[in-house]
Amino acid sequence: MSAQALDRGGPAQPLLSVRGLLKHFPIRNGLLGGVTAQVRAVDGVDFEVLKGETLGVVGESGCGKSTTARLLLHLIEPTAGEVIFDGERVGSPALGLTSFRRQCQMVFQDSYSSLNPRLTVETSVAFGPKVHGVPHREAVARARDLLARVGLEPGRFAGRYPHELSGGQRQRVNIARALAVQPRLIILDEAVSALDKSVEAQVLNLLLDLKQEFGLTYVFISHDLNVVRFISDRVMVMYLGRVAELGASAEVFERARHPYTAALLSSMPSLDPDRRTEEAPLAGDPPNPIDPPPGCRFHTRCAFAEPICSATEPPLAAAGAHHEAACLMVQPGSGHSRAPRAAA
Amino acid sequence: MAAFAEQAVAEPPPAQTVGYWAGVWRRLRRDPVAIGAGIVILLLILMAVFAPYVAPADPLRASTLRRLRPIGSPGFPLGSDELGRDMLSRLIFGARLSLFMGITPVILAFFIGSGIGILAGYVGGRTNTLIMRTIDVFYAFPSVLLAVALSGALGAGLGNALVSLTVVFVPQIARVAEAVTTQVRGRDYVEAARASGAGGLTIVWVHVLGNVLGPIFVYATSLISVSMILASGLSFLGLGTRPPDPEWGLMLNTLRTAIYVQPWLAALPGVMIFITSIAFNLLADGLRSAMDVKQ
Repeated sequence: MSAQALDRGGPAQPLLSVRGLLKHFPIRNGLLGGVTAQVRAVDGVDFEVLKGETLGVVGESGCGKSTTARLLLHLIEPTAGEVIFDGERVGSPALGLTSFRRQCQMVFQDSYSSLNPRLTVETSVAFGPKVHGVPHREAVARARDLLARVGLEPGRFAGRYPHELSGGQRQRVNIARALAVQPRLIILDEAVSALDKSVEAQVLNLLLDLKQEFGLTYVFISHDLNVVRFISDRVMVMYLGRVAELGASAEVFERARHPYTAALLSSMPSLDPDRRTEEAPLAGDPPNPIDPPPGCRFHTRCAFAEPICSATEPPLAAAGAHHEAACLMVQPGSGHSRAPRAAA
Repeated sequence: MAAFAEQAVAEPPPAQTVGYWAGVWRRLRRDPVAIGAGIVILLLILMAVFAPYVAPADPLRASTLRRLRPIGSPGFPLGSDELGRDMLSRLIFGARLSLFMGITPVILAFFIGSGIGILAGYVGGRTNTLIMRTIDVFYAFPSVLLAVALSGALGAGLGNALVSLTVVFVPQIARVAEAVTTQVRGRDYVEAARASGAGGLTIVWVHVLGNVLGPIFVYATSLISVSMILASGLSFLGLGTRPPDPEWGLMLNTLRTAIYVQPWLAALPGVMIFITSIAFNLLADGLRSAMDVKQ
């Protein structure tokens, strides 16, 4: 079953649509376990992943990137919201969780803890297909084939245990494991962040090759802006469980409209002496997601904050072609002094 | 593609790959203490199994004329007890009941406790709370007290002693099993298996069991010595083995009146208990380090 055969909606239909995704983790306290507060890890997120693209997701630690990834795969249950995969709602009778999970896989950051230390890498890779009913012999053959594709010669590596491999080799195994169920979408949650730079580059190139070869779509989560810029077609910037900015990679990196994105970008180390960072663009930690600030969540750290920012919550508004930002300065007639005038 | 394929090949090949248990055995073999302990245990078991062939005399044949002979007396290499029975033969036959009472409750508790603990740890949430708080009720009692109370309530006898010892160990093993399972459940490979669409039973069977049974097994091995000593205590109270059957704990207790007359003789059953329990503990330690993959 190739990825093309499973394609239903045609190339124009987004592969993944996320609507109003919400995850609040209750904090239980006291003897009876009463809910005393909610951590708003992901607080109303809407986005789409187009077929064949790589969507980069960036943001500081704790902004909800990884929670979003786990919600997409239903590894944790969303509090509210829905995930629509190629026109079918995940969990609906037409697209059950098991068949969705065959089409959507995930690669984790920690290459060691994401492999069972008691199983050979071949067995680990073959596990997924076997779960989906592929006979043992065929699953093992597929595992060996995939190990070869990710650059691990099966004759030497198939029978090894995870502790006998280097970090880069283990992450290749994890990629092979994700590919083994022949998915269409792969979520890479900080998949290269723990690797050293030279290995990271190899794995990124491998990911690009595999994408071409298998017609894959990636959601690439990272805190490393350089890597995201290198691999992504579109970029989504998250802040405190919300989408701050979303758009084509070149647009967002060249013409950031949200002050948070601008601050993130200026925190990137630059090799150009004329563009040296003089002062820290972002001071302090993000506010506590248990009690996020009212209005725009970024107003506590924003250089352009005005009273209106703490009163009005900015929606995602068009900020150019294929570019949206959740900032009152982008929204015409919002009341912010820097906002464009409302069209009459 | 060729460039990084070469890169991967260029790294030095690690030592020859072996299966997990083969690796454990290889590491265990290099540990002289664990091997020594294993040999002692093996000898004790052989001694127990072939007791009628090994023992020089009938362990039950008493004589009021030959009471409390010292160690090394003619015809009594390890002396005779307060009823004139051959000490060496009684120690050899005693291994049967002592080992049986040491090992059986732990094996039973290993299966029951692992089952309960893995269930609680894997399912988590309220089920976990319910199971573990119930377990805590049993855990709150001191083991000796619980064993005596249960044995007393069930009535004297070997079978009842066995049951009560099992009940004493189940909560302890369940706790370890729950802790290890909770830890393993949080690993990314379990998440990855869920993401592959595998069901709970498949995940437990393929990914959880192999990673939790080792530590639980090691813990259980260290309980064998505790079980032997508790069983001896029950025998002393008349709740386990009954005289005249030879059992080390019971022998220790009946000989305690002779401690001023033949102190070395009176200590012999204690020496046997000590040797056996330390052998089991050392073997457990050796297993623990041999099973640590990241060595």
